[in-house]
Amino acid sequence: MIEEIRQAVAERLEELDGVVALRKSSKGVAPHLFQKEDDLSELEIAPRYPLMTVVSKLHKVFPDIRLGIVARGCDERAFVEMAKRNQIDPDRLSIIGFACTEEEAQECYCSEPYPQHLLVGTPPPPGPPNPLVAEYEARSLEKRRVFWKHQFLKCLKCYGCRNICPECFCEACAMEDAAWVEPGLLAPPFPMFHLIRAMHMASRCVACRQCELTCPAHIPLTVLYDLMRRDIETLLGYVPGADMAAPPPLSVTLDEAPLLVGASH
Amino acid sequence: MEYKNVLTTCIYCGCGCGLYLETLDGRITGVWPAKTHPISQGKLCIKGWNASGFVYHPDRLKTPLIRKDGELVEATWDETLSLIAERLGTIKAESGPNSIAFLSSAKCTNEENYLLQKLARAVIGTNNVDHCARL
Repeated sequence: MIEEIRQAVAERLEELDGVVALRKSSKGVAPHLFQKEDDLSELEIAPRYPLMTVVSKLHKVFPDIRLGIVARGCDERAFVEMAKRNQIDPDRLSIIGFACTEEEAQECYCSEPYPQHLLVGTPPPPGPPNPLVAEYEARSLEKRRVFWKHQFLKCLKCYGCRNICPECFCEACAMEDAAWVEPGLLAPPFPMFHLIRAMHMASRCVACRQCELTCPAHIPLTVLYDLMRRDIETLLGYVPGADMAAPPPLSVTLDEAPLLVGASH
Repeated sequence: MEYKNVLTTCIYCGCGCGLYLETLDGRITGVWPAKTHPISQGKLCIKGWNASGFVYHPDRLKTPLIRKDGELVEATWDETLSLIAERLGTIKAESGPNSIAFLSSAKCTNEENYLLQKLARAVIGTNNVDHCARL
């Protein structure tokens, strides 16, 4: 599969200024901008990094460049939500989509482990639902509170969940605002610190699981975000990342006119 | 347009977490945790996430400063090292080697820390060696 991806990247590089993907060197694997002269045998597809964040940085600094991205399903979902919020220019990004493996889909409990722009690979069966969510829901309200209190007590306040999230891009962050989160406390104040982020991710979280993977305290953040995604779908009929034409429900005015220019794409 | 990620080791403590310094056209633009690093496995603490914070900080010292007539004045390394050697020699002669302490740093390599304690013990003659993480 990776050879097909490298071939596709080589072809796109004839027209594009660069392709964002992972590069493997003797020192490890990291995000990279492949350009025409680069050695494509170094292109890798794992481990997963939030590559859309790299695209966003490059689009903002270089307003004329046309890029490609080697994207999984979660990268493409991030692309959709970032485009709606003017973090990237969808007209200047070409998606080279590939399917995750069945094992990856299971590991991530991913319901859609492939992009809509699927170029390489065949869609694997979706992963099973996260068993921790059902376990959580079987608890009483009080036990749920105790569960989160225990989990968030482990928090090192590294801000890694926010930093690695492709949909966290506010310039001023409420999690650093003393009016919302009392500074100097470790663990951070319960439940404000984590629930501010959870609320801000409503209608944004694309279930990429990067926050949980980077958490040094092993807090099962996808339980929180799975439930948030489900509420947004049930209450507002919105699935983040699924449809470029659907305006994000929390960013529209009461007369349903989109607030953001990007939502018209 | 040159986008690179350069693997390095976090300088803030002895754990040795792996991180990438992200650069755009030669300027650091951020930090990525190194997911393939055997120690940190894609995780960082708040210090690691901000490991590049001092690089362009306006308060960063770029030259040694010597206090002259109550004012800190920029100086050359030659002048500074000569002054340190001279003052350490005087203090040792007047008050003995145990009037001097050496404070080492997590920002240095093992080898540099080895050299500092060697200087303390073999040159000055004191066991007063401690570490910035205990300050």
